[in-house]
Amino acid sequence: MELILVNLIDGLVTGLLLFMLSAGLTLIFSMMGVLNFAHASFYMLGAYFAYQISIALGFWMGLLIAPLIVGIMGAGVERYGLRRVHQYGHVPELIFTFGLALLIEELVQFIWGKNQMPYSVPDVLNFTAFAIAGNSIPAYKIFMIFISIAIFIGLLYILTRTRVGMIIQAALSYPRTVEALGHNVPLIFMGVFGVGTALAGVAGVIAGPVLGTFPGMAFVLGSIVFVTIVIGGLGSLWGALVASLLIGWITTFAKSYNIAMSDILNGIGIPSPADLDTSAFRDLWTVTSPQIADILPYILMVMILIFRPQGLFGKRQS
Amino acid sequence: MTDTNVKDPARSKEQITTDPSKPAQRMGAGSMTLTLTPWLIGAVLLAILPFVFTSNSALTIMNQMWITVIFALAYNMLLGQGGMLSFGHAVYAGVGGFACMHIMNASDFFASFPLPVLPIFGGLFGMGLALIVGSFSTRSAGTVFAMISLGVGELIAASSVIVVAFFGGEEGISGDRTYAMPFFGNEFLQQIDVYYLISFWVIVSAALMYLWSRTPVGRMANAVRDNPERAEFLGYSARWVRFYSFVASGFFAGIAGGLFAINYEILTEENLNTASSGIILLVTFLGGVGFFFGPIIGAIVFTLVQTVLSLETDLWAFYAGTLFVATVMFFPGGLAGLMMMHVPAFKLGKAGYLVRPYIRTLIPAAIGTLGLCALVEMTFHVRHAATGDTQMTLFWIPFDSHAILPWVIAAAIALIGLGIARATTPALRDAWNEANTAGDRS
Repeated sequence: MELILVNLIDGLVTGLLLFMLSAGLTLIFSMMGVLNFAHASFYMLGAYFAYQISIALGFWMGLLIAPLIVGIMGAGVERYGLRRVHQYGHVPELIFTFGLALLIEELVQFIWGKNQMPYSVPDVLNFTAFAIAGNSIPAYKIFMIFISIAIFIGLLYILTRTRVGMIIQAALSYPRTVEALGHNVPLIFMGVFGVGTALAGVAGVIAGPVLGTFPGMAFVLGSIVFVTIVIGGLGSLWGALVASLLIGWITTFAKSYNIAMSDILNGIGIPSPADLDTSAFRDLWTVTSPQIADILPYILMVMILIFRPQGLFGKRQS
Repeated sequence: MTDTNVKDPARSKEQITTDPSKPAQRMGAGSMTLTLTPWLIGAVLLAILPFVFTSNSALTIMNQMWITVIFALAYNMLLGQGGMLSFGHAVYAGVGGFACMHIMNASDFFASFPLPVLPIFGGLFGMGLALIVGSFSTRSAGTVFAMISLGVGELIAASSVIVVAFFGGEEGISGDRTYAMPFFGNEFLQQIDVYYLISFWVIVSAALMYLWSRTPVGRMANAVRDNPERAEFLGYSARWVRFYSFVASGFFAGIAGGLFAINYEILTEENLNTASSGIILLVTFLGGVGFFFGPIIGAIVFTLVQTVLSLETDLWAFYAGTLFVATVMFFPGGLAGLMMMHVPAFKLGKAGYLVRPYIRTLIPAAIGTLGLCALVEMTFHVRHAATGDTQMTLFWIPFDSHAILPWVIAAAIALIGLGIARATTPALRDAWNEANTAGDRS
């Protein structure tokens, strides 16, 4: 029971972190119809900038400034890169962001090298918040949960309760009408892109100390984020939230409970083959849940695509 | 050059990079006349190249190059001809290669046929996987297809460490090609024998892929790429057309994988992962997706750049990435598109107008770019060399990277070179317009 609670908290941290990335990605997707392949790269940039700033000004200034820089860079990418490529169609846009992801990874390696950066949790938060049956929960995890939830609520408030949010929502569905009403739609697009990448930057700042700040960090999380928004349904913010939490919990639980495939197969009445060491299916029999925890999201995605192609919360495509 | 597309965003939604109304940019195979000449030239070149470049390393590079050519052409069946962007195509080549490796290790079966037949099995396995994945991934093109391809690619690449029986885990699996039935007494012991085997397959698969693009299915793939709705109204199922392209592409990717297995005799997780898939996208796009021969150019140029640059600098991936992003932004037609842009000028007999403006702009631009690269290299050296190590060599000139003078020189070269290029660009543009206008403007 206690272990379940600990895992619930761990999964929540992972899920909310994923959500910070997938929320921005989903916003950008529903706005421009293009998946920003470089989204996780902005997350990585956030971590690196925050590390660089934290050396000089401390962690909190990093949390404040790094997302701003990332957001400005994101807006610049939209203004001078994507908008130019947009005329060629969706596929080149996707290829452009893919190339950008490659380039940012190389750039990071160029500036900071290939090793992990010593970016660590600030001393203020480096203590045990509470313990559940001997499993200590670090305060930093609680901090991460609160930051993510605060950002989510803030985002929800801005999008649904303020005038700017209304205009953004309208621009998502009817850009031409909104333009005809006198709003600067390209500016709105640029702003949303900037905010989306800044969100990724925030995620990078707070995840960097826990998950490690190294050039591969974008790649590790990047493809999971795409899987998340495909599972949640492309363009659905709620779908992104549910899918993020789902993936966070599934992977956490799969890692902490060692379930062997042979037990499951024996349980449903299939006996283990006698010649286990030479059987062609030996890998299937010896596989355990921690082993496949990292590919569970992909399996889930393939399942979703086969049985519910529009995703959990997606609208049916015409 | 594709300014006309801006005015009609609805039309440009689903199409890749080029404007079909302009003959010089028309996608697909239609731009190459169906003659035997290019094929004969290609075959002769393939045959005599080993006599020109006799060293072993040249053979290794060429083998790598021709395998990449097949793979890139197979990839372009999806991207260029079918409008489907795949982020996980290395999986089909990889699985084909792994299957070939297992066949190589099944000694009795392997000894019953000659080695040149082996890639067919690779193709069949690649095709089998494409049949399974294509059954649900080709439902739609565009973003959704790209995401599915990425997910499936990651899934298979990640399971390669788990399914040890087939993928061999971390260390991969290896085999020995010489156990096959001797092919006219040849056991493929030498690199040169393998070279001719690969060359044979390059010609055969390139020809087959070209012929495929001329079949009704291949033509319908173009139609579905440009306007799926209209193709549906004509009575064709867009989904099935995509599915056929996908399966055929999987087959040829599998052949490339089989040749990889024969050439290197080892396959690892690296052959499956997203990085390999990304590289083949880069190669194809760099060469140009709009023309059948684009990927061939891309594969040749990229392999050369990769082998030559990676010997010279640690930063070659950075340069390749920059080149790629620049290509997407400024020359979406790729190298082939750039080449074919000049066809009208040649047809008008005015290509000569371009020679001098090109020299005036491109040579300073190249020198300026080299200056920029020097700055980049020096920054890299200052940041990452061991402490106390201030000596570096660039363009065969040794110097102290912490001194101010080399920086000034490199910056000056970059500024002056790019400055001249910028100043001469208007003249180039005028010459370009002049060369592409029929008759005398005077």
